[in-house]
Amino acid sequence: MEEAISPECDGDTIIRFREVTKVYPLPGGDVVALDGVSLDIGKGEFIAIMGPSGSGKSTLLNLMGCLDTPTSGTLCIKGRNIHGMSDEDLTILRRDYLGFIFQQFNLLPLLTALENVQYPLILKTGSRECLVQCRDVLKAMDLDEALYSHKPSELSGGQQQRVAIARSLVNDPEILLADEPTGNLDTRTGAAIMHLLADLNRNRGKTIIMVTHDPTIAEYAHRVIRIVDGKIT
Amino acid sequence: MFFELARRNVRLHWLRSLLAILGIIIGVVTIVSMGILGNSLVLAISDSLSTVGDSIIVTPHVGGMGFGGGQSSNLLSDRDVEQIRRAAAPHVTIPVYSGSSRMKIGSEDTVGTIYGLKPDDIPILLEVEEGSYLRGASGAMVGATFAEENDIKVGSRISLDERGSVRVVGILKERGMGFDINPDFGIVVEDQWFSQAFAQEEYNQVIVKVEDLNEIEEVKDSIDRTMNRKETVVDVIDTRAILDTILTTFGQISTFTTVIGGISLIVAGVSILNIMLMSVTERIKEIGVIRSIGTQRKEVRRMFLYEALILGLIGSSIGGILSLIGGYAVSMVMLQTTEYLFVPSSLVYIVYGVGFGLGTSLVSGLYPAWKASNLNPIEALRHE
Repeated sequence: MEEAISPECDGDTIIRFREVTKVYPLPGGDVVALDGVSLDIGKGEFIAIMGPSGSGKSTLLNLMGCLDTPTSGTLCIKGRNIHGMSDEDLTILRRDYLGFIFQQFNLLPLLTALENVQYPLILKTGSRECLVQCRDVLKAMDLDEALYSHKPSELSGGQQQRVAIARSLVNDPEILLADEPTGNLDTRTGAAIMHLLADLNRNRGKTIIMVTHDPTIAEYAHRVIRIVDGKIT
Repeated sequence: MFFELARRNVRLHWLRSLLAILGIIIGVVTIVSMGILGNSLVLAISDSLSTVGDSIIVTPHVGGMGFGGGQSSNLLSDRDVEQIRRAAAPHVTIPVYSGSSRMKIGSEDTVGTIYGLKPDDIPILLEVEEGSYLRGASGAMVGATFAEENDIKVGSRISLDERGSVRVVGILKERGMGFDINPDFGIVVEDQWFSQAFAQEEYNQVIVKVEDLNEIEEVKDSIDRTMNRKETVVDVIDTRAILDTILTTFGQISTFTTVIGGISLIVAGVSILNIMLMSVTERIKEIGVIRSIGTQRKEVRRMFLYEALILGLIGSSIGGILSLIGGYAVSMVMLQTTEYLFVPSSLVYIVYGVGFGLGTSLVSGLYPAWKASNLNPIEALRHE
């Protein structure tokens, strides 16, 4: 799915919003989740998105994650205009260039920690031949080897999030999207996870966009984007 | 990997998976057993009915017009036989005496059928296994089954009470049930001996052997026109037509019962549809997660189809094996033989049954798989 870089998306920024509007048609009346949002995110940035509930921050993250497309405006991810992309192409984008980290970890319950990490790679290459690579990623997440064969139900919250981060990294994406990554963790574990993310950003050059409501967590970011009522403030 | 995930999901909900599998097993076993049984019946009947497709049987018409005629109206006179012979010429016409009698062989008492035929006609209808054809007036040929059951050998003496006794000169080859005569269960004597012993002048039926099967209709019509000009004196039956009708009917019954078996498989399919839908609903969030991290719609579809396939595979294979055992048991009980079981036309039902079982499972999984693959990832992630 290698497309030429669209002319309106130059290669400087890794994520670009230009007058992006997202409207959800509901029976009770259309909901404008995003209203003419424009922003640029450069490679290697660590961004925190903050705003009250209903502000549109989830929508913003969903669009960045190619889980949805704008109603109007231009959205460029890694130089590609995602307007008009098929579901198949968007899915490949997500598989290869994006990593997702969720508040609730969202590991597959029937797979072991290692198998969870292997999953995206198998999606990409069709084979399980990643044992070394996958183990290395888990190791880098400071996860005890003995836990690799454990199912998520046998892991603590912090351990699950480490596995989830490892999973998000296995296809070596440039962009990591985190939705309240420490929301289900205690302060200490949360801090450890944030250190991990900061390290990924600083030493591995990952662009990280994180939605959070916690100002202390937002401190780890270079920049904070505030959104209220669908508009960037 | 999708297969592995499907396998683990089936195992996770092993009880409801087991119940769905049970449904498939029952469905497959029903279809296969009905098919095998029906097919075995058709084969068995074909075999046991002697292939006298080339005969026309003329019997006196048993009409509703009064009982006053006495015995003479139920038999065919010499004149009748002559008319039939002329109508059927140049085909061979064989008049037959038939009756039954108590018979005593040695010290054993039994009852058997007895036919009286002209000695020249006997080789046309029957084959001798042991001994020889009738020559003398007081000889008898014995049917294969009758001989076996009563331990009759060439040379034995059969006594028919006050009618007299006969010496066995030959044992007949097993002929199977026929529409013309059934010598297997009785004896054959010379027509004149019969006529005397039973004080019967007139014949019970006339058999016409038609050489060219295409001429059967013609000969039937000829006899009918000649004999039944004013009123129905005789019934003219063509055995081939009867045989065909019987076989067709049994074939239809067999198909019908197999279809009924198919209905039970449909029910099994519905149960698979049900548990698959439950599976999808329970995993909405999980589907959202895997879609978000890069799983294609068709891959999600495949994952759920594999689940249905696993259920179908297990159910159909167990069902196939059980139905072979069941078919064996049913054949032994109902037909006392399994020779019709291990023939391709019966065994093919196992292939049908397993195939239908698999097909039903896959089809039942189609809608749930489609539903799973078409979930909106964002909404799915928000679920639960």
